[in-house]
Amino acid sequence: MTTPNKDWPLWEIFVRSAHGLAHKHVGSLHAADADMALMNARDTYTRRAEGVSIWVVRSSDIVASDPANKGALFEPAHDKIYRHPTFFELPDAVKNM
Amino acid sequence: MYSQMVDTGVSKVRNTADMDDAERAFQARIDALEKIEPNDFMPQSYRQTLIRQISQHAHSEIVGMLPEGNWITRAPSLKRKAILVAKVQDEAGHGLYLYCAAETLGAERGRLTADMLSGKAKYSSIFNYPTLTWADVGAIGWLVDGAAIMNQIPLCRCSYGPYARAMIRVCKEESFHQRQGFDLMLALCRGTPEQKAMAQDALNRWWWPVVMMFGPPDDKSVHSAQSKAWRIKLFSNDELRQKFIDQTVPQAELLGLTIPDEHLKLNPDTGHYETGPIDWDELFRVIAGNGPCNRERLQARREAHDEGAWVREAAIAHARKKAARNQPHQEAAQ
Repeated sequence: MTTPNKDWPLWEIFVRSAHGLAHKHVGSLHAADADMALMNARDTYTRRAEGVSIWVVRSSDIVASDPANKGALFEPAHDKIYRHPTFFELPDAVKNM
Repeated sequence: MYSQMVDTGVSKVRNTADMDDAERAFQARIDALEKIEPNDFMPQSYRQTLIRQISQHAHSEIVGMLPEGNWITRAPSLKRKAILVAKVQDEAGHGLYLYCAAETLGAERGRLTADMLSGKAKYSSIFNYPTLTWADVGAIGWLVDGAAIMNQIPLCRCSYGPYARAMIRVCKEESFHQRQGFDLMLALCRGTPEQKAMAQDALNRWWWPVVMMFGPPDDKSVHSAQSKAWRIKLFSNDELRQKFIDQTVPQAELLGLTIPDEHLKLNPDTGHYETGPIDWDELFRVIAGNGPCNRERLQARREAHDEGAWVREAAIAHARKKAARNQPHQEAAQ
């Protein structure tokens, strides 16, 4: 409980704008606890009504993919072009599909 | 600029022959205008230079609150006071966006602050000048923020993702800063002769420091070439300075103010304004710590840091106590 570190932990901030979009990462900040992180996020990231909802997550709780493994991780998506509708040629007679 | 003479740690631009494979691949990504993200490979010198540049930029935003904060309690109307409070709060926000960008490079916030307070890390020379009258608040918004925008708009396209994204946020807000400054100057220039004289006096004192704020001339700017190769500087000091002067001189004419440079003239062939000689010794003097307010600014930051220490400690103690109290509930839930 009495760690020598007096610095406030880092929090990642996600804001949802009023237009029904998903929460989006906007940056990070330091705060002693979650309540303070919310208040600081309001002052830092929504001074011009950029959002209607804020999520704060401790940076240390985020698990990220390793950029070095980018190739292996995302490669399976590259050779499945049939997943895109434009892969299929439609007869001209079909106007809309 | 908000970051001046940032040391790149190299004496000449690294060419491909000096680089190993990883560095060559890194430079190729930059040349292809790809964004570098926090966990990507980057040469140590790129990382360190960016930490210096971004933190210097952040310190400038924070110290930059002091000259304007000086006038909050003496703003001439409630409207002007509310605008100035909002503007100064924005500067705090800009500092925070930038510190967070520096932290994505592995820099520790406490370390960055300590380096600024000890004088090891620099902030922009411009904030070492005093705000003697209300017109200075207008001059800062119009000229200093106007100059900052010149530099920050290209930085929205810089190679480091978190820095570029922070700049996009900053630029959106900076435009309000410049306009409120110009609006303030306009009000003074349309006011009494005394008010107009006050505006002219502010322009007289701020013009040259703002012109110098872009940094030394290109032939004396030793680190610019490497920073350009890394795309963390997109235009040279002289290019940005010229752009600023070309844009600002007509605005001064519109205000009915005179730029304090008897040699200033428009070159009809190039379409650019040419200035008289610039006293670079003054810039180097201010950067070395001997401007009019260097000591006062650092003293104010140190006092704020020291006097806020108990608040930071109390907040973390409170957070830990609360976390400890909630511990049994969490275990029960599992």
